[in-house]
Amino acid sequence: MIASLKRKKRDLAAIDGRHFSLDGAMTVLSFILLLVIVVVPIFMIVYNAFFDQGKFSLDLICEQLSKKDNLISMWNTIKIAVLVTILGTIMGVFYAWLLGRSDIPCKGLMRALFNIPYMFPPFLGAMAWDLLLNGRSGYLNKWFVDVFNLSSAPFNINSIGGIVFVELSYYFPFVFMQVVSAFERMDPKLEECARIAGARQGTVIRKITLPLVTPAISAGALLILISSLAHFGVPSILGFSQGIYTLPTKIYAVISRSGGSFEGIRQGAALSIMLVVVVAAALIIQKKVLSSGSYDIIKGKSMRPTLIKLRGARIPLFVLAVLTLVLIVIVPLAMIFLVGLVKAYGLPLIPENFTLANYTKVFASSGTFNSISNSLFVSIAAGIICMFLGTLIAYVVQKIKPRGKGVLEVLSVLPYSIPGTVLAIGVILAWSGKLGVNLYNTIWIILIAYLARYLSFSMKTSSAALLQVHPSLEEAARTCGASHTESLKDVTLPLIRPAMVSGFFLIFLPAMREVTTSVLLYGPYTRTLGVQIYSLRDAGMMPQAAALGSVAIVMIIVCNTIVTAITKDRKGV
Amino acid sequence: MDAQVVLKNVTKRFTTKTLGDIVAVDNFNLEVYEGECFSFLGPSGCGKSTTLRMIAGFEDLTEGEIHLCGNPVSVKNKNLYVPPEERGLGMVFQAFAVWPHMTVFENVAFPLRIQKLNRADVEKRVKEALRHTSLQGLEDVYPSDLSGGQQQRIALARAIVTNPKVMLLDEPLSNLDPKLRESMRFELKELQRKFNFTIIFVTHDQSEAMALSDRMMVCDMGRIMQIDTPENLYNKPINRFVHSFLGESTFLNVVIKDGKVYAKGDMENPLDLDIPANAEEEMILATRPNAIELTGNKGYKTFIKKRIFLTDRTEYLVQIGDQTMKVQTPHRVTFAQGESCCVNFIDPMWYPVEDKAAEEERRRRQLV
Repeated sequence: MIASLKRKKRDLAAIDGRHFSLDGAMTVLSFILLLVIVVVPIFMIVYNAFFDQGKFSLDLICEQLSKKDNLISMWNTIKIAVLVTILGTIMGVFYAWLLGRSDIPCKGLMRALFNIPYMFPPFLGAMAWDLLLNGRSGYLNKWFVDVFNLSSAPFNINSIGGIVFVELSYYFPFVFMQVVSAFERMDPKLEECARIAGARQGTVIRKITLPLVTPAISAGALLILISSLAHFGVPSILGFSQGIYTLPTKIYAVISRSGGSFEGIRQGAALSIMLVVVVAAALIIQKKVLSSGSYDIIKGKSMRPTLIKLRGARIPLFVLAVLTLVLIVIVPLAMIFLVGLVKAYGLPLIPENFTLANYTKVFASSGTFNSISNSLFVSIAAGIICMFLGTLIAYVVQKIKPRGKGVLEVLSVLPYSIPGTVLAIGVILAWSGKLGVNLYNTIWIILIAYLARYLSFSMKTSSAALLQVHPSLEEAARTCGASHTESLKDVTLPLIRPAMVSGFFLIFLPAMREVTTSVLLYGPYTRTLGVQIYSLRDAGMMPQAAALGSVAIVMIIVCNTIVTAITKDRKGV
Repeated sequence: MDAQVVLKNVTKRFTTKTLGDIVAVDNFNLEVYEGECFSFLGPSGCGKSTTLRMIAGFEDLTEGEIHLCGNPVSVKNKNLYVPPEERGLGMVFQAFAVWPHMTVFENVAFPLRIQKLNRADVEKRVKEALRHTSLQGLEDVYPSDLSGGQQQRIALARAIVTNPKVMLLDEPLSNLDPKLRESMRFELKELQRKFNFTIIFVTHDQSEAMALSDRMMVCDMGRIMQIDTPENLYNKPINRFVHSFLGESTFLNVVIKDGKVYAKGDMENPLDLDIPANAEEEMILATRPNAIELTGNKGYKTFIKKRIFLTDRTEYLVQIGDQTMKVQTPHRVTFAQGESCCVNFIDPMWYPVEDKAAEEERRRRQLV
């Protein structure tokens, strides 16, 4: 029964983590991987921005700060992000309340539709709106001019307002989804008490409901703010033609103008520092403003809240919601599909002008297949690697709890708040030969950037799942005779497998439509799907870009359907 | 009888951020014999679970040694440590720790599969374990579809399937409702009789411990207070803590002067008691509320402060000196509130006045 008494404290490490063992190995591995993936690129940006040939110098930063157009783009970034955050929060909360707590018809369907913008690449939406409301040749603008006999186009999407509008329609779901779920978990008794105490419906909403969901609102608003500050797609598509730049698009412009020279990348690094400062400031301000604390009153389990009767406002509000859906979901979607069918950009969208030639052209070019297979490869690889790496780090943080676990945690979620553009610059600086490894122009450099970018996604889902695995489950396996490794393999891993799988898809889906980092990292043979669409449009081949965009949309829908089917019925934690 | 589990000078110290150094287990010496049912009883934070986890091998010792079936498994000064999977124990956890991703059969078969038994043997032994725990027919069900009592039985079946010599139970019944708890107690005893294993179990429920154990260890703040049979622990508690922890207690501060015992606050009328052997000037008299006699004329004269009706008996609060004592009598003894009465103590226990150090330590550990 007691097999080997001579083995001295071999596995004690598994319990208290003091000696080198499986746990020790996992801890060290986590630190090393995060060092390579996260710390090195960030360090390279800081180093290159502040050090010139090994000497500390502020010249580069000062030079960039003294340029007027850099300051303007910084101001644009802030202006757009703040507007999108404020408007998106209002819109998200309003629709969350409407669909979560009122008796508006067709709730289930509308909720599904409101989540759609979250899945789609915003740059495709920007393309669609550009086609519709372009100041010179937008379809809708031309129609307005014809019908109302106007002398000039009534709308111009290529403006700050246009950028805000498009980003808004893709970012408000962040708040919407957070608040809807908070509404679902809120104890309706809290509101009923207020009614009993004599408060009117309006007062209850103002004094009870909204304060209770404030933490959810601020979490969603923070997501919008960070995403919008770092956003590249929409401002690049809508802003370039009018010379409107934000920091991420400015960085891209600087680097592509310099043709990838080191000087250009260094300027990009300096601008990156400015962008990071803006993001950090936004995070700090957000924390200060919204440090109201959270409430435990919102329970974990689902409750059935009392629905508020809209009475006379029911139909008008329903129409408003449907119109919003049409405007932000259906119109851009239809536009991409229709323009993908049209013979030449600018022709009226009538059946006589439709053709499938764009699709044949797109698929005849080897670039398309390359880009799709590149995207598939990088997204699947990033998904799988992050899935295991994130789980490894989550296990170390949650179960082994070594010294410095806080550092591990921070390092793994840090890239999430670092703009993709900045990350791309860091990756270029780190892995294009300066440290002895040159991955520039290969698919690997895109992969390593994706790893850094998406690691926190899988780390977070695995962490949440591991927290649910009570330590006694692993201990029970140990008393049953399983070694530390066996108990990990037979008990812990199977229990968190569903979370790992959803972590994979959380990475795979956004990676498939990624442009922000890949547009800075791609080489002649390593275009991704997003980059390919982006460059087709850049080259003026609007219908072909739209055709490929339609293909991307169909792929996203198919993948999403598969994901929902897989994750719907799952066993375990 | 052989000592099957032996603890020698076992000590465990933790350093916590908020409370500083804590001696969770202070110099435990303990022998549990073959076939015995031995329980660790005490309030939370007394070190009972830590001791069990050290026996299981989930915690390292700071000092001392542990032997299982004559073999050393943890010996601190020789740096010997046998990992839990090689100690050959059965263990049942508080929350059952039934693996939700495995069926009942897979849960119970797990320890046998780890031992690489062949398929037929696994099947046979799992079937048998399931039969003994009345789980036949539920082989292919997932635990989440079963009730708490059934999940508990899976945990038991999984523990007995390897036929361990020693079974460790960590508050095994605390997650069950009271009715189920009682029937599981019986089943547990039945299993022990069939398989003849030694049980060590941790509980904070005294009636459970009393009902199941041959011997018990009562501990408090990392120290063993008393190890004895349930009867002796109840009838002859070694100190005030054990007295108050097991069953209902009522205490009286007394002063002993000139060979007579006085309740504090009344130095005129002595109590009708012989002074104890280890008499000190101030002592604590401890007794059970039902070991005080209430009569009309014989004993210490006082009055009823309050009368409370408790379904199966009546409780009175009586004034003695400047203190109040709890007395419980059958319903046929009736006094009205405010009525005068006489009090007699039947075989009370005598303890020295509680030392301040223990109180201080309790406060430091934030157990108050």
